[in-house]
Amino acid sequence: MNGIPMEHGLVLAGVLFTLGLGGLMFRRNMIFVLMSLEVMLNAAGLAFIVAGTGWQQPEGQVMFLLVITLAAAEASVGLALLIQLYHRFKTLNLDVASRMRG
Amino acid sequence: MMEPLTDISTVQPTAMLLPLTFLLPLAGTLILAFSRGRLSYRASATLGTASVGLAALATALIALNFASGDAGQLTLWTWIAVGDFQPGISLALDGLSLTMLGVITGVGFFIHLFAAWYMRGEDGITRFYTYMNLFVFSMVLLVLGDNLLLLFLGWEGVGLCSYLLIGYYYTHSANGWAGFKAFIITRIGDVFLAIGMFLLFSRLGTLNIAEILELAPRAWQSGDTVVELAAFLLLGGALGKSAQLPLHTWLADAMAGPTPVSALIHAATMVTAGVYLIARMHGIFELAPAALYATGVIGALTLLMAGFAALAQTDIKRVLAYSTMSQIGYMFLALGVGAYDTAIFHLMTHAFFKALLFLSAGAVIISCHHEQDMRRLGGLWRTLPLAYMGFVVGGAALAALPLVSAGFYSKDAILWQALAADQQGLLAAGLIGALLTSLYTLRLIIATFHGPAKSDSARRAEAGRGLAHGLPLCVLAILSTFIGAWITPPLAGVLPASPGENATAGHGALELIAAAVALAGMALGVWVFSLHRGWLTLADAGLGAWLWRLWHRAWGFDALFDRTLVRPYRGAVRLLKSDVFDGVFRLLAWCMRLVHRGLSRTQTGKLRGYAVTMVMGATLILLSLALVFQGT
Amino acid sequence: MMLVWLIVIPFAGGLLCWQAERFGGRATRLIALATMLCELLMALYLWLQLDFALPGAGGSAPQWAMEYRLPWIERFGIDFHLALDGLSLVLIALTGFLGVLAVLCSWQEIVRRIGFFHLNLLWILGGVVGVFLAIDLFLFFFFWELMLVPMYFLIALWGHSGSQGSTRIGAAVKFFIYTQASGLLMLVAILGLVFAHHANTGEYSFSYAVLKETALSPVLAFWLMLGFFIAFAVKLPVVPFHGWLPNAHAQAPTAGSVDLAGILLKTAAYGMLRFALPLFPEASQAFAPVAMGLGLLGIFYGAVLACGQQDVKRFIAYTSIAHMGFVLIGIYAGTELALQGVVVLMVAHAFSAAGLFILSGQLYERLHTRQIGQMGGLWGRLGSMPGIYLFFIAASLGMPATANFVGEFMVLFGTFAIAPWTVALASVGLVLAAVYSLMLMQRVHYGPAQSEAPLRGLDAREFCMLLGLAALILWLGLYPQPLLDTTDAAMGDIHRLFDAQSPLMPEAR
Repeated sequence: MNGIPMEHGLVLAGVLFTLGLGGLMFRRNMIFVLMSLEVMLNAAGLAFIVAGTGWQQPEGQVMFLLVITLAAAEASVGLALLIQLYHRFKTLNLDVASRMRG
Repeated sequence: MMEPLTDISTVQPTAMLLPLTFLLPLAGTLILAFSRGRLSYRASATLGTASVGLAALATALIALNFASGDAGQLTLWTWIAVGDFQPGISLALDGLSLTMLGVITGVGFFIHLFAAWYMRGEDGITRFYTYMNLFVFSMVLLVLGDNLLLLFLGWEGVGLCSYLLIGYYYTHSANGWAGFKAFIITRIGDVFLAIGMFLLFSRLGTLNIAEILELAPRAWQSGDTVVELAAFLLLGGALGKSAQLPLHTWLADAMAGPTPVSALIHAATMVTAGVYLIARMHGIFELAPAALYATGVIGALTLLMAGFAALAQTDIKRVLAYSTMSQIGYMFLALGVGAYDTAIFHLMTHAFFKALLFLSAGAVIISCHHEQDMRRLGGLWRTLPLAYMGFVVGGAALAALPLVSAGFYSKDAILWQALAADQQGLLAAGLIGALLTSLYTLRLIIATFHGPAKSDSARRAEAGRGLAHGLPLCVLAILSTFIGAWITPPLAGVLPASPGENATAGHGALELIAAAVALAGMALGVWVFSLHRGWLTLADAGLGAWLWRLWHRAWGFDALFDRTLVRPYRGAVRLLKSDVFDGVFRLLAWCMRLVHRGLSRTQTGKLRGYAVTMVMGATLILLSLALVFQGT
Repeated sequence: MMLVWLIVIPFAGGLLCWQAERFGGRATRLIALATMLCELLMALYLWLQLDFALPGAGGSAPQWAMEYRLPWIERFGIDFHLALDGLSLVLIALTGFLGVLAVLCSWQEIVRRIGFFHLNLLWILGGVVGVFLAIDLFLFFFFWELMLVPMYFLIALWGHSGSQGSTRIGAAVKFFIYTQASGLLMLVAILGLVFAHHANTGEYSFSYAVLKETALSPVLAFWLMLGFFIAFAVKLPVVPFHGWLPNAHAQAPTAGSVDLAGILLKTAAYGMLRFALPLFPEASQAFAPVAMGLGLLGIFYGAVLACGQQDVKRFIAYTSIAHMGFVLIGIYAGTELALQGVVVLMVAHAFSAAGLFILSGQLYERLHTRQIGQMGGLWGRLGSMPGIYLFFIAASLGMPATANFVGEFMVLFGTFAIAPWTVALASVGLVLAAVYSLMLMQRVHYGPAQSEAPLRGLDAREFCMLLGLAALILWLGLYPQPLLDTTDAAMGDIHRLFDAQSPLMPEAR
């Protein structure tokens, strides 16, 4: 189980997270935003796994299970919102839903 | 010099009658006020007049008893009692207050009676008599109060009535503002009086006048700063009420009220309250030579100023108003040389003849259909004989026609006291004033009654008839002659001795000079205003015109006050109108709103924007944490 | 127990009114009227029954004429502690009387949501009575805040819309923010005092009698005093903090203005007399020159601003500021005469301002305007109302024989020994009082009439209300002794506390 140093896994997680964050910040299409969110969640999960493995501790995997659950819940709510968005505005562009402007 | 007053609650007739002198007018006021317009003209006039008449009767009965010499005080109840501060609703009766009481109720009654004729056909007669009775009530309290606070109650009360009666014809704003002016200017004087009261109380611990007069010589040396200050403050109060320089400007405008009001309030009684106050507080002024001297000088200046101003008026009532100021100036002059009883004597004769003059003027004004500009009158002596008689007798007394007029005796006494007190300057002012008085009196009579009638109203004049019109004029005319001068006010022992009490040197000569001046003034008046009217063209151009304008505007004091007081105040009102202090808080609220607007702009509603902000914030925090922990 | 009833009755009456609306407006009004009459009668009964004289002249602790105590939050030493002395009794009687007037004067003015209106009205009065009775500081604060909320609703819901549509809400919000902020400042000061006491003794207590004995360092005492002072100064109001008053007065319904001017302002003066001075006598003594200066400022500022107003009720509001300047001067002069004068002046101002506000309300009912510019020449058109107006104007300018004169002059007489120049300047305020009062009279009633049509005169209800007020003003102006005797002990007590701290001051008379 050794061979891949922990740092590599963490860097990968970091890169994934950054990519997800970039997608979240710069994409307008809600599907891509949701996907970016998933990527970020999975990046965090990956970091947990890597760290758990690195330190020989089970908590990392436990946390990953939690993250997956959360991601599933998030995805369902997000997709429901997506359908509503499309229903209302006939587009998936997130910027049109700016009613909360102060 | 002043004995402590005895309690007279057991002296039966007086103790019963004294409260009646003000309770009767008060009852009249209340009944009239609560009638709510249900009384007829006749009922109102009868009630209003009768209440004062009965008060006069009570005064007469008191005076009869007074011969037996029961000066004293009568406490009705304690007004306020906190620690040492114990002013009571209590009355003091002595020669001085009795004299004033007689003038107020006696002359007041005849004026009320005359008003019943004068006010025929006017609206709101009930209101008129309500105010008049309230005035008599306040004035009686003013002279009967045995402490300064009760005196102040009357003092302010008469001021209020004066305000109300000047503004009686309320539909013209100008009348209301004239009353406003009168009230405010006298109120300025009242504030001085009030501060004087505070000062006296804080130093002597009492407001009772008799006690103050008794304690003052023990507390202070003559000329002590505090007592001088107190005297000056009291003088300030007197100046406002008595229309003396520099608080005199209200009196001429006060003529906007009905003429009986001018007769009662602005000639016979209220305006002489200042003289009464100084005479009443003589013990303070005796200790304050500077203030006393200032009193005389102000009196002299006022009598000259008002004399010149009276020469250049065209409204009958304004001439009389300025002559009132000038005559009160004589009284102040007398007070200033320490001749208190002489001042009171002149106060009394002045009340008679000035009331007569005003009532006669009222008769002329009503007869000529409310025309009171002398340039539009004339030739009335034939149609209005009674008014003419009033003017001649009253004018003679005003100009101090030797021997036959009451004014001669009192004014001559004042001049004599000035001489005896060795005040040549004041004496000279008095003599010049006498000349001026004769001049403007003659001008008034000639312009009003002689020559051709100068307008339709004068040509269509109808003489007044009836008892209410004739009786007051006749009685006051009799009192304005030497008969009035026979009435000696019972002032012995109340007021300190005059400077001329025991001296005789030069009295005869002065009498001759005074008589000569008065006669010369009259002759000059007849010469200039009747026989050789060419002289009058002098007033049409150049220096003459300038002087005329100056005197017509009474030396421009109104403009002066307008510039120094009224306009700055208006400016302040305008400046502060938007409430500067509140503005500070409004500014705060405005800043908050600004911040709110700025912050709410960041709330774009765009998800991506929030994400970017969040990331930037998180990065910033991480970076700063890294920087901080790098050091450790 | 009587004291509890004094508080409970208005609150219960308010609830009853709220529910009684379903039986019609008349029933509601009658219930409200009966409640306030009951309150007034109870206060008068107490006045007759109790003895307000101090048992011993040397006694340092105030002797309450009546006391009620119930533990509330024992952990922090908070009690439900009520007590009554001459001062509170006078003010409670005043509250009852003005409460009756407030109900009467809204008889025809209020037509919407009558039940809820009377609920608010009575709850204000209940809160005020609580303020006057509570001597546990926490309880005091509780009632202090309690009276604000219904007042807010009173202005916001039944206020007159000003020239711009939303001003009554604005006025209500402004009122609320000012008083709330100042109330919180007071809470901080109260807590500071309690913690200081805790630091000294290790016990928590909110009790007035206990906290009065707390030893404080001068600096701390000064800051705590300032907290109390500002809280009360906002309510009095003292000039820099007066901004809420003109708006609140102008927009409130007549009953609200009457209560505001008549009673709510008096809670502030009461607070100063009861708490700010006795709790911090040294600090108050040191602060007195500043407070008197603020009083002077108020006198002049209120007078000048009053002259510039176009709205009758704003006009009267500013005159209230001027009158409260005298109250402030009197309180901080601290002599017995001045303090007694303050009591008379408070009562007098309550009557005269209430009278003027009621008259303004009646004018509004007839003319449907409060703009002075649209009045003028009303004397001949209103029957006997202008005469009564004149009387209240005279009272407001301090004409002798009215209670206002007695109050003002007692304050000035009492202060002169302490601060002659302040009194001299304040006396100039008397001239200004005449200026603004007569100006109002002139502009409203004199001058040419705007129209010939006669307006409805006063009906019996209006006439009786005003006549009652006028009679009280005259009574206190000519024979204030019953009032003075009632508050004599309480005021003497404050005076002794205050005076003991002034060895340098000249002996006050």
